[in-house]
This record gives sequence, structure tokens and C-alpha cells, in this order.
Amino acid sequence: MLGRTANGIFWMYRYLERAENTARLMEAGHRMTLTRGAEAANEEWRSVVSTLGLKSSYEEHYDDYSGAHVCDFVVRSKNNPLSVLAMFEKARTNARACRSSLTAEVWEAINEGWMTLTEMLRRPLREANLGTVLSVVRRESTLARGATHGSMMRNEIYCFARAGTFIERADNSARILDVKYYLLLPSLAHVGTALDSGQWDNVLRSLSGERAYRWLNAGRMDARSIADFLILDDRFPRSLAFCYAELRENLAILSRMHGSETAANALLREADLRLTGKTVEDIFDRGLHEFLLEFISSNQALAQSIAEEYRFNS
Amino acid sequence: MSEPANFDEMSGPDGTIRPAYKGYHDWLSEQDGSWMRRKSFEAESLFRRTGITFNVYGQEDAEERLIPFDIVPRIIGGGEWRRLSRGIEQRVHALNAFMHDLYHRQEIIRSGRLPERLFRSNTAWLSQMVGFTPPGGIYNHIVGIDLVRTGTDEFMVLEDNARTPSGVSYMLENRETMMAMFPELFSRVKVQPVSNYPRRLATSLAACAPACAGEHPTVAVLTPGIYNSAYFEHAFLADQMGAELVEGSDLRVVDGRVQMRTTRGFKPIDVLYRRVDDDFLDPLTFNPDSVLGVPGIMDVYRAGKITIANAPGTGVADDKAIYSFMPEIVEFYTGEKPLLPNVETHRCADPDSLKYVLDNLEELVVKEVHGSGGYGMLIGPTSSKKEIRAFRAKLEAKPENYIAQPTLALSTCPIFTRKGLAPRHVDLRPFVLMSPKGIDITPGGLTRVAMKKGSLVVNSSQGGGTKDSWVLDD
Repeated sequence: MLGRTANGIFWMYRYLERAENTARLMEAGHRMTLTRGAEAANEEWRSVVSTLGLKSSYEEHYDDYSGAHVCDFVVRSKNNPLSVLAMFEKARTNARACRSSLTAEVWEAINEGWMTLTEMLRRPLREANLGTVLSVVRRESTLARGATHGSMMRNEIYCFARAGTFIERADNSARILDVKYYLLLPSLAHVGTALDSGQWDNVLRSLSGERAYRWLNAGRMDARSIADFLILDDRFPRSLAFCYAELRENLAILSRMHGSETAANALLREADLRLTGKTVEDIFDRGLHEFLLEFISSNQALAQSIAEEYRFNS
Repeated sequence: MSEPANFDEMSGPDGTIRPAYKGYHDWLSEQDGSWMRRKSFEAESLFRRTGITFNVYGQEDAEERLIPFDIVPRIIGGGEWRRLSRGIEQRVHALNAFMHDLYHRQEIIRSGRLPERLFRSNTAWLSQMVGFTPPGGIYNHIVGIDLVRTGTDEFMVLEDNARTPSGVSYMLENRETMMAMFPELFSRVKVQPVSNYPRRLATSLAACAPACAGEHPTVAVLTPGIYNSAYFEHAFLADQMGAELVEGSDLRVVDGRVQMRTTRGFKPIDVLYRRVDDDFLDPLTFNPDSVLGVPGIMDVYRAGKITIANAPGTGVADDKAIYSFMPEIVEFYTGEKPLLPNVETHRCADPDSLKYVLDNLEELVVKEVHGSGGYGMLIGPTSSKKEIRAFRAKLEAKPENYIAQPTLALSTCPIFTRKGLAPRHVDLRPFVLMSPKGIDITPGGLTRVAMKKGSLVVNSSQGGGTKDSWVLDD
């Protein structure tokens, strides 16, 4: 397949994944704002915006963190090139550019999703409609993922689609965990308080992991077991370990198809060492924040290496 | 103006249904009107969902627009089609021979049948093609011949598209849509299939591969990219042929071959079905600012290491001044009288014709010789005095830039409107493939229809629509 197409597919799935994760984070944030007072609500919206890495661009346009402003900015504003709508649109533009590498099912799922969202988001978004819009985002990206799973050949194209998905998901999960842990706890004194456990609950919700976590850790809610779950539990589809198992598999298939390993395989093995055979104590001994920062940067290096080895751009 | 009496494809002047439409008409009369209206609406959402869109230059908010689709098919009888195809085949043979001659000995000019100035002033003429024969001797691999009809046996050629005829994806999707919406109709009326066109195209292109190609030549479709008005068609054809859809940035000349950058490195291409204009094909040879093409591709081409379809320089034949000589061209190269006539054409370069045209602007259709897509033309009978005055000035300033034709009583075919069937003007563009193995014409083609009452402009860029075109299997 063409290097340009591989790039297009890889990024199409990254955008789709990021749109969905942004929607999840907004849903969890929105829920938090409803359970606390108005003052705290603005704080919560601020935390959503900084978790998404949009703080500086947001503050260029608004000087408050009202629900209406945040919802509109994060979900649809033209001022935000990383809005949910913009990312869905980028995914769709990429799909269009790679149209002949996708099945009709996948293309139609993306195209219809984009049409539905564009129509829903024609006018500024009110907080009252946020829930509906976000559930549509999740449903549409679920449909695209299902179409991918059910109709695409397991060939190179599929491997790049999966690689894009899990590079992005690993990045997003790590960021959510890092921001919540490192930036958002006002001080160590809050550890173990109601606010603390509320925040953790929120992290789990942002990653749709609250049910699985409850089932595994009846009643307990502490930083260590949550970090253990989100980083090391390879049964949970948004954990770092799960994402890396998928990456390992797809890069292995790619190198088998190409008849040789690349620098990307080596980088992946290195990154794997940080996850496999480790316990959550090892991670906390080093420091969770340091661990996550290192993970995010090595994840980026891996994406870069895939792009180079498979001639995405030159 | 008084409406000229038109030939209607479905019914005669006394209301009798023509034989080709009998089966369809019987079926239609059994259908409920409101159900048909729903179907008509359904067709549009079907097209939008599958993404069959069309970009119109200069319309920002309508970046991706649908070409209106009408659910009443244009139907041609089997016998009628056989006669038409013989005429089309003859014309395409002549066009190819003409191209070869123009770029070699120019016998037709030596014999005095074609004035030399015609192609000297033709911007599509490429001196780089002189003395070079493309692989297999084929210049126009894919041709679209635009036909219009004025009576039972009166089909005429309105235009030849030997550069890059577009619209074939609509021919295919229109049929798919019709079959999805009216399956029972197709079990009642036997229609010759068109769905194998992509396979025929792939076979035909592979048969034109250069000598260096292996047993299974690598075919790729070159597109200017997703913002091109026909991008959907490029992707569609590549997909249907199982060929790569490439852009200029994917291609590079490596080891004397044109190669595409794949995830495994560079891979040679044998046949390039390019949907990029000559000007943009090779920045080293033509437009140096082009980013759509491949630097050095013309050298590879001239070394016989790649087939470019259609060959650079074939656009000469799309010129409307050349068109006016097609009867002579067909006769010169085939030794036969043309089976398909031209529309009577006045060349404004010729002073007597110019005088006639200027005296009769209100009655005529005047076109630019290099124009296409319905841009830059005057339709006398439907233009205001002011428009005619403005056009007269342009014509007088540069008469050799124009030809004129009578305003034809184009045939009509009913379209489905909210108020029931209503006649609208149509044309027909059959698609023709040519390789050393012969000429292959897909039965039917693309019927374009003017959606506005009385309008004679069928171009999609000007609001025209399309219909499924049937050739009966009888």
C-alpha cells in the first residue's frame, strides 16, 4: 500500500479515537459539575480543558470557565482546531482521501457520523444538549469501529488502523491519569478525602472503566489500585497494558508481512519492558508522574518511528 | 420564443408510447404516485450517504454537492444501440488514427483537408509528442462521445471528449441506485448490464502496458487529490479496478521508471490512468509550478517505460474547431462516410461564417473552441439583449476563438417531478475503451438532463442532473 495511504489511515483512526476520548472526558466532567456547587463546577470545567491540553487556546477566547463556553469550545467551536467536531471531520477527510482502502461499510459509517454531527452542531451547543451530542459521538465512533472490525481484511491497512487507534488511546489514557493525579489534586491533604475519591471515580468514568473497576475492587477506591487497573491490567481495553498488547500484535503482523523487523519493533520492545512484569509498587517507587511522562514521550517516539519506517511522508 | 417541436424519448406526439419504453411504462402505470415520490426522495439520501458528491469550483458553502438524480430511466432499444455503437466505434478509430498522424507525418494537413493553423494555435498541442508513438499505438484509451438526438434516427455528435472524459462513476452508481430501489422493475425489463465497466477498463488499460511490464501490469489512477471536482470518481474507479489511487507526491522517477512510494519502498507503475491535465503532468516539461504531477515522467514516457492514459496531447481533439472537421477526419482515416453526423457548425475564424453568426446571434449557440463544462457559451434564444451585446463584443475581438451551432431541438425525456412526469432535454455520453485488442463500448452511458424546464444546458456544473441509461437486451 502507499505510504501516504498508511499515514491517512493511521491518522484517521487516531482522530476518531481522540474524538471519542474527548467526548468521554466531557461526559465525566459534566457529571462532576452536577454533583458539586456552581463554584466547583467552573473548577471542574477548567480541569477538563487542561486535561485536554486546550488551556491556552481556550483562554485566548474566553475569560471564564462557564459550562456553556467550555461545552461549545470543546465540542464544536471553529476557534478550536481540536474540537470533537473538527476531529471527526479530520477523520472523515482522511477517510475520503483513503476511500479506496476502506470498505463501503467503514466509509459510510464515518460519513454518516460526520453528517449527523455536523447537522446537530450547526448552532452553538447548550449544556442541556451536551449529553445527547456526546452519546452520539460515542455511538458513531463505535459504529465506525464495529464496521472496521466486521468488514475490513486483516491486511496492512487494518494493522495501520489498529496501530493508530492504540497509539492514540494509550496516549489519552496516560494523559487523563497524569493530569488527574498530578495537577488536579489541590494538595496532598486531599488524598483520601471525598474530593479525592470523587476525582478518581471521575478518572474511571472518563475511561469507561468504573464498572469493571468496581467489579474487580469491590468498594475500594484508592490511587494505587486504580493506577494498577488503568496501567497494568491487560484485560481492560483502555489500559496502557492492553493498548501495548494490541500494538505488539499489529506491529508483529506488519513485520511478518514485510519480511523484516524495523526500528519500531525495537522501540516497542523497550516500551514493553516498562509495563510487563512490573507491579504498581515499582511504578509508585519511581513516581507515577515521572512514569507517565516517560510513557507518553516513548509512545510519541514509537508513532514517529512507525511513520518513518513505513514511509508515511517521504 | 416558441418552443420547437421536440422528439420525446418516451412518447410520440400523439401520446403513443415508443417501443423501447413499453415495458417501463406498463410498470410505471401500476405504481402509486406517492410511493414514487418517496422513492425519489430516498434516492437523494442514498447518494449523500454513500458520498457520491461533486465539488463545484467557486462555491464555498456547497463544497460537496450532489448531482441531481432522476428516477425515470433513459431507455434505448437494442437495435438502436447497435447502430449507434457502429458509428461510435468508427469515430473513435478515426480519432486515434488522427492523433497518430498529427504527431507524425501529418498526412491530413499535406492533403489539404485540415488547415495547419488549426492545431498550431491549439493549446492542447504538445511538441513533445512529435515523432513518438505511445505503447500499443493508443492515444485515446478512454473516450466519451457526447450525443444528442433530434428525431427517431437522428443522433448527432455534439462533442468528443478525448482528454479526460468524466462521469462514468455516475453511470455505474445510477444503475446501482435504480436496482436497489426498483428491483422488481429489472426482473420485468431486461437491461444490458454496465457493472463490469471497471473490469473492462482494467483489462483494456493492462492491454496497453509498455513492453517492460510483467504478466500482470501495475495500473494506478493519478488524481489531483480530494479537492478536485471529480475526486469521488477517481477513488471509485481505483477501488473498483483494484488499482492504487495515487497523487503526485506519491510518485517519483527511480531507476528510469515511474514508481510509487509504498510502505515497502518504491514500486514501478506500468500504466498510469491520469486524471490530471497535461499541463500539470510534469513540472520539468510543462507547468513548472505544478505539484500535482511527477518530475521527469515525460522522459520515462518517451523512453517507453510507462503508459499514460490518455496520452498527453490528445486534448487537441476536444477542440471545437477540430470538431467541425470531424466528418472529413473520419472519412480520411477510415475511407468511409461517417455513420454519426456532426451538428452543423460555423467556424467564426472564417469571415463569411462570422458574418452569418453575427447576423443571427439570437438564434445560435456560440461556444469557445477550447471551452468545456458549459462555461463561456452563449445560447442565443435564451439570452437577454444585454448578454448578446456583451458576447458580440467578445466574438468580434477574437472570432477564431469561437464556433457557432444552430439551437437544436434536443430530444426530451420525462423526469419525475412533484407534479408527475415532465419532459426535459437530455444528451447521452457513451464511454468507449480502446486498446490494441480493440474497441469496447459499454452499453448506454451517462444521460445528462437539464432539470429546468426548457433549459438546454445539461452540464452538472450548471445544475444539470443525470439519469440511469438503459440499453434493452432485445
